[in-house]
Amino acid sequence: MAEAHAVAHEAPKGFIRKYIFSLDHKVIGIQYILLALAAVFVGMFLSLLMRLHLVWPNAKLPFFDVMTPEQYLALMTMHGTIMVFFVLTTAPQSGFGNYFLPIQIGAADMAFPTLNMLSFWFTFVSFAVMMAAFFVVGGAPISGWTAYPPLSAVGEIAGPGLGWGQSLWVISIAIFCGASLMGALNFITTTLDLRTKGMSLMRMPLTCWAWFVTAILALLGFAVLLAAGILLLLDRHAGTSFFVPGGLVITEKLIPHKGGSPLLWQHLFWFFGHPEVYIAILPGMGITSHILSTFARKPIFGYRAMVYAIFAIALLGLSVWGHHMFTSGMSPYSAFAFSLLTMSIGVPSAIKTFNWIGTLWGGQIRFTTPMLFAIGFVSLFVSGGLSGIFLAQPAVDLPLHDTYFVVGHFHLIMGVAAIFGMFGATYYWFSKMFGRQMSEFLGKLHFWPTFIGVYCIFMPMHFIGLAGHERRYPDTTAVQYLAALQPVHLFMTIAAIVTIAAQFIFVFNFFWSLWRGKKAEVNPWEATTLEWTVPSPPPHDNFAGRYPAVYRGPYEYGVPGAAKDFTPQHVPDGAGGAGSH
Amino acid sequence: MTGKAATQELEALDVGGTGAGTEWPWAPGGPDGSAVPQRVYVTGIFLALASILMFFTALTSAYLVRQGISTDWVPIELPAILWANTAVLLGSSATIERARRLLAQGRPEGFRRWWGLTTALGLLFLAGQFVAWTELRAAGVYVATNPSSSFFYVLTGAHGLHLLGGVAALLYLARRDESREHRAGLQTAAAAASVYWHFLGVIWVCVFLLLNLRG
Amino acid sequence: MEQKQSGTGGSLVAAGLALSLVVLTFSTIYIFFKRTWWFPEPISAFAEAVDRQFDRTLVITGLVFFLAQLALGYVIFRYRDRGGRARYSHGNTVLEILWTSATAVMFIGLGIAAERAWASLHWMGAAPGAMQVEITGKQFAWNFRYPGADGQFGRTDPSLVNDAAGNPVGLDTNDAAAQDDVVTATMAVPVNQEVEVILRAVDVTHSFFVRELRFKQDAVPGMVIRLHFKAEKTGSYEVACAELCGLGHHRMRTVLQVLPEDEFQAWLREQAAE
Repeated sequence: MAEAHAVAHEAPKGFIRKYIFSLDHKVIGIQYILLALAAVFVGMFLSLLMRLHLVWPNAKLPFFDVMTPEQYLALMTMHGTIMVFFVLTTAPQSGFGNYFLPIQIGAADMAFPTLNMLSFWFTFVSFAVMMAAFFVVGGAPISGWTAYPPLSAVGEIAGPGLGWGQSLWVISIAIFCGASLMGALNFITTTLDLRTKGMSLMRMPLTCWAWFVTAILALLGFAVLLAAGILLLLDRHAGTSFFVPGGLVITEKLIPHKGGSPLLWQHLFWFFGHPEVYIAILPGMGITSHILSTFARKPIFGYRAMVYAIFAIALLGLSVWGHHMFTSGMSPYSAFAFSLLTMSIGVPSAIKTFNWIGTLWGGQIRFTTPMLFAIGFVSLFVSGGLSGIFLAQPAVDLPLHDTYFVVGHFHLIMGVAAIFGMFGATYYWFSKMFGRQMSEFLGKLHFWPTFIGVYCIFMPMHFIGLAGHERRYPDTTAVQYLAALQPVHLFMTIAAIVTIAAQFIFVFNFFWSLWRGKKAEVNPWEATTLEWTVPSPPPHDNFAGRYPAVYRGPYEYGVPGAAKDFTPQHVPDGAGGAGSH
Repeated sequence: MTGKAATQELEALDVGGTGAGTEWPWAPGGPDGSAVPQRVYVTGIFLALASILMFFTALTSAYLVRQGISTDWVPIELPAILWANTAVLLGSSATIERARRLLAQGRPEGFRRWWGLTTALGLLFLAGQFVAWTELRAAGVYVATNPSSSFFYVLTGAHGLHLLGGVAALLYLARRDESREHRAGLQTAAAAASVYWHFLGVIWVCVFLLLNLRG
Repeated sequence: MEQKQSGTGGSLVAAGLALSLVVLTFSTIYIFFKRTWWFPEPISAFAEAVDRQFDRTLVITGLVFFLAQLALGYVIFRYRDRGGRARYSHGNTVLEILWTSATAVMFIGLGIAAERAWASLHWMGAAPGAMQVEITGKQFAWNFRYPGADGQFGRTDPSLVNDAAGNPVGLDTNDAAAQDDVVTATMAVPVNQEVEVILRAVDVTHSFFVRELRFKQDAVPGMVIRLHFKAEKTGSYEVACAELCGLGHHRMRTVLQVLPEDEFQAWLREQAAE
């Protein structure tokens, strides 16, 4: 076969084609990761300002002087939006997935490189539009990342930031939907059609399964969000009444809309919004499985059960959106169905947890930095998942809905657990991506305050939620019973300051290792999957035209009788696998 | 490939050495020089359809819910030209199918003719939709007039935009080289485009039924 | 190739991580037991039912939390790298089936047990003869309307809403039934009497939240939502808004007074006089 045919596209020459408008999935993956890194620091800075304001409401803060309620709500909205869309959706899936999916299945690139590039640049434009919301008249929107109408639909009459800021928000989300749809299509096609010889579906690393299923959720979910966003935009600017009912009086003015349904938005939004939770967390589950198996030196416990559990979570995840709406006035009979379906998600989630512990059981655990974050992920997943069991029951949800209990719950599971997945992925794959290793010492120094810190921030939120502390309150003085909870706020704020400070260790480690890290070997972790067969960083078409064949499952560690305790996927039986070497 | 040789090559690769490459594991690049197997275009188009289907399903469920709860729903009088437009679009499905088959039989001139006819019918449909919009506007029915008219414009507009994308794809493919060595690639592309085209026909029929039966 | 990294400071890290999981588990469970930050005392049978279901859930999830976190701590310490080979195993189907069915029974059973309280609030209407109160949410205040002696709410019209003129809910005074309607800024109900609340909103979505009743319901513009409660302890309880409604969301507070019947009647007369 002529070599010329073996590359999806020629290796580009020139800076712009190589690094800016690149078609190479590896460059695009890194672009996504850098975008997410920038976004996560913006989002984190916003959360720091909010935490400071909650404890010292009269303090002069950078950019804000003394923060007003509407500024707080704008920060809250943008924090949620940036974190959910531009961090949790981009980094684990579009970032790491883009980089490693093709390599792990033995492909030269994604199926549609141009679409891949477009997908990133759409995301970039979407982020720019979102950031612009800070700088327009009225500032960023104050309606939360869920943008419930009528608040989000009637314009600035309902509050500052609900004019231009809200419009930019909707436009940005619509662009983001387009980007995600392109990305999802690419991921699914690549997984289905570009696997190398011998890479059957049931031999794929669990990371690939997670990215694949996540892409399916994104393909279905973002299409619905796009439709909802278009309707909201029309309500805002074309005078339609999809979501705005008649007879609204806002600041003494009668609003001309009539007949719309605020609940319709909630249904459409959460039809996307709940799968979005799994879009954020499934890649983290895949990465955690991958890392746990590598460093326990054991095959993953119950590979098939893990794959089925991912599918079960995704399938159930598409049919439980109503559990966000128990207090919304939705049909109380459907609440019953939504509740039971939600409780059922506990089952595949428990399967994953037990199988992770089963993987560690009897292992020879190496405590590398990625392993620490993977173990941290399991712990956070258990904690955050279990508080969901309370919220899934409509009656128990009543006192807890829209309180800090919910905030604590989703931060642990879809926020921090997913972030731990990303940290694990970064420490695990950094050497492959950049050819140098991150400092293990700094990595561990980063892990400890982060792991303890996030629990200190988010566990107490459950307790003040029990005590009835509503979320999205810029000020806790008007409602009197909140005064007793102020010491908890202080504790969480201090924990947040320490945790955020610790993230600079990570940033330093990242950039320092980029230039000064130890040169990486091809396979420093003694791992089995295909990304560890190519140079670090891999050449333009990953395998330099020589594509591996795959002979076994992804996690063959500790095979009895084999010379080494890991048997890579690409080594044929009897040729370096079991028995020889 | 033989396992042993492959392993040696890969081990050579491990230390950065060079060796003769193994073959592509999948059907190697098509005659048009593309490196990915042709089936990705088929997979890709079906995934796009799944996503578009979700999009229209969301709009349709919004339609039914909004209509179900409302006390202000006044059905609009659908312009008669929509029936003609429907006939044009269904006709274009037939012509694109004919074009695709001619290409598969190795008759590029026939393909070119029927493909062009399909493009023209697509543009005719869009023009017809535009006439329908103009008629409604002349009758004082705007986007915000009534929820029924809002949904009418949203559904027809969204469908029209998708069809415009389809027309662009047809025009792009018409310019592609159909000489012998590139024909396989063109055939796949034409097949993918025609799947998309048929799908938009089906979507239109569903939208049109919805507007007629639940107007 | 040599076995790399075996035992590299692993024991210390393993012990540290296992220990932090143990500390996490016990401190979390301790705070849950101590109940420093907790629900206020329930004041209705429904609230007690919710608390019972909460406790059931707490026991089950607490047990899972305890076992899972400690198991994690145990395995990472017990199976730290000590230079040998890991046990080669791809899993255990029997175990898999066992814990799948165990969690399924546990979680779904819990879910079914929770429905009784929900049904009592949401599937059944208010008892016949319940007193009616209309609750209206508005940026950023609550208004309550009592039907007065005729037991009928008068007509309202959004175009009549005018705070300055003292008509926050848009009461149409031309309607005979509206003449004796009483509109108040705080809420009072008689103790031990079923109350049907009728929730509305004039501008955006709000949420009526009384902690002691474990009662929370969004007031949605364009919808009229009817629910009911029976407060069984007199006292004054804070009402807050629990659904983001704009820049004054946090100060949309009022009180609910649960009064003995005679005091309630006196309160209502006093409000009507104003």
